[in-house]
Amino acid sequence: MPTLRDINLEIGDGDFILLSGPTGCGKTTLCRCITGLIPNFHTGTMEGQVIVDGLNTLQHPVYEIAKKVGMVFQNPENQLVAMNVERELGFALENLGVPAEKIREKIEEIVDEFQLNHLRMKAPYEISGGEQQRVAIASILILDPGIIILDEPTSNLDPAAAEKMMFFLKELNSTYKKTIILIEHRLELVVPLINRMIVLDQGELVLDGPPEEVLLDEKIQQINIGLPKIVQLYKVIKEAGVNFEKIPLTSAEFAEALQQIKGGR
Amino acid sequence: MIQCQNVWFSYDGITSVLKDITLKIKDGDFVGIMGENGAGKTTLVKLFNGLLKPAKGEIFINDQNVISLSVAELSRIIGFVFQNADHQIFSRTVAEEIGFILKNFKYEESKIQAEVERILQQFDLVRYREQSPFLLSGGERKRVALASILCAHPEILILDEPTIGQDAIEKKKLIELLRSLNENGVTVIIITHDIEFTVEYLPRCILMSNGILVADGPTKYILANEKILKEASLIEPQLVHLCHLLNFESAVLSIEEMKTRILEYLGGAS
Repeated sequence: MPTLRDINLEIGDGDFILLSGPTGCGKTTLCRCITGLIPNFHTGTMEGQVIVDGLNTLQHPVYEIAKKVGMVFQNPENQLVAMNVERELGFALENLGVPAEKIREKIEEIVDEFQLNHLRMKAPYEISGGEQQRVAIASILILDPGIIILDEPTSNLDPAAAEKMMFFLKELNSTYKKTIILIEHRLELVVPLINRMIVLDQGELVLDGPPEEVLLDEKIQQINIGLPKIVQLYKVIKEAGVNFEKIPLTSAEFAEALQQIKGGR
Repeated sequence: MIQCQNVWFSYDGITSVLKDITLKIKDGDFVGIMGENGAGKTTLVKLFNGLLKPAKGEIFINDQNVISLSVAELSRIIGFVFQNADHQIFSRTVAEEIGFILKNFKYEESKIQAEVERILQQFDLVRYREQSPFLLSGGERKRVALASILCAHPEILILDEPTIGQDAIEKKKLIELLRSLNENGVTVIIITHDIEFTVEYLPRCILMSNGILVADGPTKYILANEKILKEASLIEPQLVHLCHLLNFESAVLSIEEMKTRILEYLGGAS
């Protein structure tokens, strides 16, 4: 049984995408296709083609695609291999044969930007899950890829740190114009920030559009991906006869909409 | 039953990671432990199953001091499912992984086979019986880890972040399983960052911050209390936040209650 079936998809520069769907629906597999790990590293059979910034993944090795697209794995521990954070940050550049002087320069830049100075000589296993996740993201960004894929980047983070991480991703997207593809089960954290939501189910692409539309689609009920409480409440209140101008995606938007409705009565 | 009396713990002998923790978890309790990264949640539960020993204070499991029990003895009472399933699974096949603990407990081979079969069915893992657990998805590996612990029928089940990588259906399935275990007398303790999951499913909540127990009580009171949440560096659940934004006198946690409040606020449905 194919893990992915006949996926047709175009992702534009600067998109901030949530890739959603039940466990095992093919989200991580699709991301591996975008990074070129499939078909270049993982075993299996692939039909069709994936083109990343002009590079066909069937014709280009992973190290070339890695300059265009970086992926932060679900479990950052699986990706941190070096003796300390500083070496970890330089690892990808070393692999690409960048001169040592340039690597040092880049490490300094990224250490400053991510405020990692206090961690630089620590081993990855000595730092917390949240710090590991930041180091993993920094070690990807050092290559300055245009596309960043993150597989559940908040899974080890407490709610406040998770929120901070999401704002950071939003900044990467809006200020640094990075294309972000995000896999995340805690939808309430993500939907206010994204411009597009893609839903996979059993290897097929079933929904693709702005979150305001996708979250209200009938199909999402059948897939049952766990809507944010605010969206569930919106549906219940709407059914009770209250009309909103648009679907609120945060508590603040919900409160504002209700205050307007109340004021208009 | 788990009882902690004035428990302190430090990894390096200098910085206290747990500070004067006193709490009681009775048989059949269903508890969530929440708090920011580094609050001491995982450390606390590692003291319960003897992986760590308290620096000061005492911990009793079923009225026996943990100091007097070996990790092997405690593992017959307490099952612990790690945050990262990869830290726990190591066998060649899913079936071997699930049967491992029973083999260690010196069960008869026929009993092991029967129990493994039952658990494979219960966890919808039959098709993976002969597969390497490392070839499964993150969510499935978590299921194997839980299945391999439940095989030994622990009295107390501790799960560290069981909802990571699990979609809504799996979370629901997980909670249904845990509830049915709980109804059959198993004490369930869940460490989680998933505040909406706690709101929806866990009746009691323990909040920790910086090694201190900040609050312990019914979830609906604790997670609706702005001051306590701030103290534990937690973000309000979405509905609680909405209640505060609308200046409701008290916060509610369920959609149904919130609907009633909102319709009252608007002066009845239009």
